[in-house]
Amino acid sequence: MDEEVKLLGAWASSFSYRVVWALKLKGIKYDYEEEDLVNKSEALLRNNPIHKKIPVLVHAGKPVAESMVILEYIEEVWPQTPLLPQDPHQRALARFWIKFGEDKSAEFFKLFQTVGEEQERATEEARELLKILEARALEGRKFFNGHKIGLTDIAFGWIACWLDVLEEAVGVKLLDADSLPKLQAWIENFREDPVIKENLPNRDKLLAYYNYRREMFIEAATSRID
Amino acid sequence: MGEVKLLGTRHSPYLHRVIWALKLKGIPYEFIEQDLDNKSPLLLQSNPVHKKIPVLIHGGNPIAESVIILEYIEEKWPQNPLLPSDPYEKAVARFWVKFADEKGLSISKVLQSSGEEQEKARKESLEMLEIIEEHAPGLGQKKFFGGDKIGMVDLTLGRLAHWMGVTEEVTGVKIMEAGKFPRLEAWMKNFKEDPVIKENLPEFKDTLAVMKRHRETLLASK
Repeated sequence: MDEEVKLLGAWASSFSYRVVWALKLKGIKYDYEEEDLVNKSEALLRNNPIHKKIPVLVHAGKPVAESMVILEYIEEVWPQTPLLPQDPHQRALARFWIKFGEDKSAEFFKLFQTVGEEQERATEEARELLKILEARALEGRKFFNGHKIGLTDIAFGWIACWLDVLEEAVGVKLLDADSLPKLQAWIENFREDPVIKENLPNRDKLLAYYNYRREMFIEAATSRID
Repeated sequence: MGEVKLLGTRHSPYLHRVIWALKLKGIPYEFIEQDLDNKSPLLLQSNPVHKKIPVLIHGGNPIAESVIILEYIEEKWPQNPLLPSDPYEKAVARFWVKFADEKGLSISKVLQSSGEEQEKARKESLEMLEIIEEHAPGLGQKKFFGGDKIGMVDLTLGRLAHWMGVTEEVTGVKIMEAGKFPRLEAWMKNFKEDPVIKENLPEFKDTLAVMKRHRETLLASK
């Protein structure tokens, strides 16, 4: 349990931050290695040969890939500050919402990477996801998990920081604070948590990066049309 | 502990993941067949977000999404475990469950599409098989992904043991060439011969008829 913990991550990735948050919330010491995703290291390719992606957690030399698989692993190996409920039915509900987010968040990538009709469709789907979260997932709780942050909150943490940067880079409004008050309140509560607050990417840097990537996608999309 | 109800449609691969888990653990349940063209109030109430099957209802509490149902069953009924007890081995198993669950969708897409779209789905399906053949731990050394006994990875990949063949026959598109995946082929044979699985698979010709109709309806509406 006390053996070396290493995280291979990337500063702009919300997936990488999920693991950072879980480790920090539980007070687990780890070494962080920033990966260059354009020039992937031998260590990354060796530790995640199938997807070649970050984050990867390496514990006592053994690699675990896929952020939510990593989080379930962390939860089991280090049970302090539990991030999942004890009751199996509540755990199933937590996992249900996590999967919902995983499955539907592809629409956010899509709207970032496309233009025109394809982008409009993805935008509608993305708005739908947020509406469903608002209507069904919070149920009057401070966090998705209850009165403390849990895995579901961590899984949706990208909404609390990356979403508005995405909105700005693309020039589209997805989360209207007036029509999604519960989600808006959740964002504020999440960002105010002392651990989360200390572990968020720099917004200006993130926006610059997103702007740069968005331009690349637009160029690729429009050159295909030509 | 409360009674167990299972909502599903007879030929769904996702439903069968849950049936197999319940049967392997010896859990009695009531199967309530669903008509997806005419969704029941019970289904809509139990899975309001997706309105899909399977749904497990235990002691009145509904759980949706087959992989999540499997995790719930594993926690509630620990006998005949479907996951390793070692946290690292468990993480490896969950990685492959996720992989099989997500990539397996390509096989559905082969059934549901034609032309370029179908060819893309076929290639993705093939890639999935290649990755499993080459990388899945234990494959070729043990009887199942789970070791000597069937586990969650085996259940999630169960689609290959029946529905992939149905898809190939309905569409005339070959996904898994004979002889090219010796480890996977050996696994498929072991899986299909397991007494619990064998007894809980629909008839090939029946699934064939259902999937054929399903494909025709889908393509006609495009």
